[in-house]
Amino acid sequence: MPVTSPSTDADLECVQLVKRFGDFTAVDDVSFTIAEGSFFSILGPSGCGKTTLLRMIAGFQRPDGGDIRIKGKSIVALPPNRRPVNMVFQHLALFPMMTVEQNIAYGLKRRKASRAEIARKVAAVLERVGLPELAGKRIDQLSGGQKQRIAIARCLVLEPALLLLDEPLGALDLKLRERLKVELKELQAQVGTTFAYITHDQSEALVMSDQVAVMDRGRFVQVGTPQQLYFEPRTAFVAGFVGDSNRWSGRVEDTNGTEAIVITTNGLTMIATRAGEPALSKGDAVDIFVRPEAIVLGRDADGAGGCENRLPGRVESLLFDGANSRVMVRHPATGGDIMVALPQTGELMGLRRGEDVYLGWRARQATCFAAAP
Amino acid sequence: MSTPPQIRLGLLLLFAPIVFWLALLVILPHVDMLLISLRVRVAPREYATSLANYAEFFTEPLYWNTFARTAIMSVTATVMTLLIAFPVSYYIAKMVRGRSKTFLFLLCLTPFWVSELVRTFGWMILLRETGIVSSLLLWSGLTDARVELLYNDAAIMVGLVYTSMLFMVVPLVTTLDSLDDSLVEAGYDLGGNSFTVMRHIVIPHAMPGIASGSIVVFMLTLGNYLTPKLLGGKDSLWFTDQIYTQFITRFNWELGSAFGFLLLVLSSAIVWIGLKLSGQTLSATVR
Repeated sequence: MPVTSPSTDADLECVQLVKRFGDFTAVDDVSFTIAEGSFFSILGPSGCGKTTLLRMIAGFQRPDGGDIRIKGKSIVALPPNRRPVNMVFQHLALFPMMTVEQNIAYGLKRRKASRAEIARKVAAVLERVGLPELAGKRIDQLSGGQKQRIAIARCLVLEPALLLLDEPLGALDLKLRERLKVELKELQAQVGTTFAYITHDQSEALVMSDQVAVMDRGRFVQVGTPQQLYFEPRTAFVAGFVGDSNRWSGRVEDTNGTEAIVITTNGLTMIATRAGEPALSKGDAVDIFVRPEAIVLGRDADGAGGCENRLPGRVESLLFDGANSRVMVRHPATGGDIMVALPQTGELMGLRRGEDVYLGWRARQATCFAAAP
Repeated sequence: MSTPPQIRLGLLLLFAPIVFWLALLVILPHVDMLLISLRVRVAPREYATSLANYAEFFTEPLYWNTFARTAIMSVTATVMTLLIAFPVSYYIAKMVRGRSKTFLFLLCLTPFWVSELVRTFGWMILLRETGIVSSLLLWSGLTDARVELLYNDAAIMVGLVYTSMLFMVVPLVTTLDSLDDSLVEAGYDLGGNSFTVMRHIVIPHAMPGIASGSIVVFMLTLGNYLTPKLLGGKDSLWFTDQIYTQFITRFNWELGSAFGFLLLVLSSAIVWIGLKLSGQTLSATVR
């Protein structure tokens, strides 16, 4: 990944950060900038080094190399309590021995703010997160969603240059998580504070972020908008990690540089488009990714007209999930299952198990990458 | 709500041992002691009910001086134990990990594998006039004669703190262990320094442990007999020694019982005041 040049409106700038634990390199030469007022997510599987990265920015871990700058000034030498950065912890870390009000006032008191100022700011931030009535409550009297918002309020009241969030939605149930995703995004847009959010949940990253960095084994694999990551993944890891995909491994039979004819290990022949580097040549091992919603499903062969790749199949199972419904289609010759998005409209409404269907997808919606050696 | 009779019987049987134990070994002796303390011998084998024993305590300066001295020394020993044990416990609970944590904790425990008597003799070997410390001082030329380090209040204090250490370290390590590291980190992240994090986060969290450790140490110290007697010598003036003297040497069970009761009232009162001052409740302490 190229080193991004320093820009004037960057809030946070990390330059060639390295962190090692013994022989293990947790963060390996990571450089990035976060623009002021944006929502930046770091997405990666557990153990990819994203928490270490965040803890280095917060100041709980000292990098072995590289620099961290906030608004152009290096903060590597500062202890956590003197950095203009606040963190929302994974389990929120609200102080159970204090009330909601005292929790929020804690940071202001450390700054020796006057009593009147503290009262005014605490009331204002509670208003902002929509929980003004909770001021006197104890922490164990709050619900999961309320704790969440109080933890954010406790940081926002200090008006940090950057707010770090360490998977704060991880411990909540699905329904609440869905709602808070939207609320968090709205809150960020309202207050305009720069958010750096780490998560292993791709849906959280895609829904909320302006920019997402996908991290794997200590490195940033790709940085881009959610749309770029989803539609134009540059590596097989990103294609497999962001969103659902059908995946085939195969070998290049013929190629013109951008498009390739590939024979998969289970004997299918398909035309796919090369994505990422390096260029492919005949005989290369490749992985092909096709999104379930990129596949056209029809009851007769004409339904998949205009698609370069066509297959007959038989409905193996129907996975009804409202708008996210899927069909598993088995290719009779190879026995491989293909996941296809099931539109909840028109002629496919009555589809049932065992029916014969036809599948088709465009060559440019089948992305292929050189297989990892 | 009605309970089936067989369950009620089961519960009764379950509670029987503890009920008998409390009744026979704690309540009954105390009632008897209270009765004994409230009588005076008027003639051989003739007794009358009176508060004379309690009156004697207040009129004889030696008795209540010893009493006050024991209380003050015990409170001081408790505070000193807390001050020494807290950093030790914080280090064991929060700073070290894995095997060295277990090792350090065991290191605190090992002295308690030998009896209190042997441990106290250990201090006597160190501190007596012909002891190790005295010899070292003489050998190094810091003093030109042997010094007697035993038989003073400082020696008693050293012995008491040493004996009580474990009873403070165990509850403190337990409560500090349960403190989530991220709370401490959040304390720093929001702008706190070491002092404010300690004052507003660590100590409030550890308060139940501090209270229970202090209560145990205070009770043990107040009721200690061996350490003040051996390290303080004849002039140690510890209240338990007075009680012993009344029962065993003077054979004055009436006055001894009265003293015993006063010690019980004193320790309860000080524990109550301590809990009130620190804003703790007994139920939170034993949780």
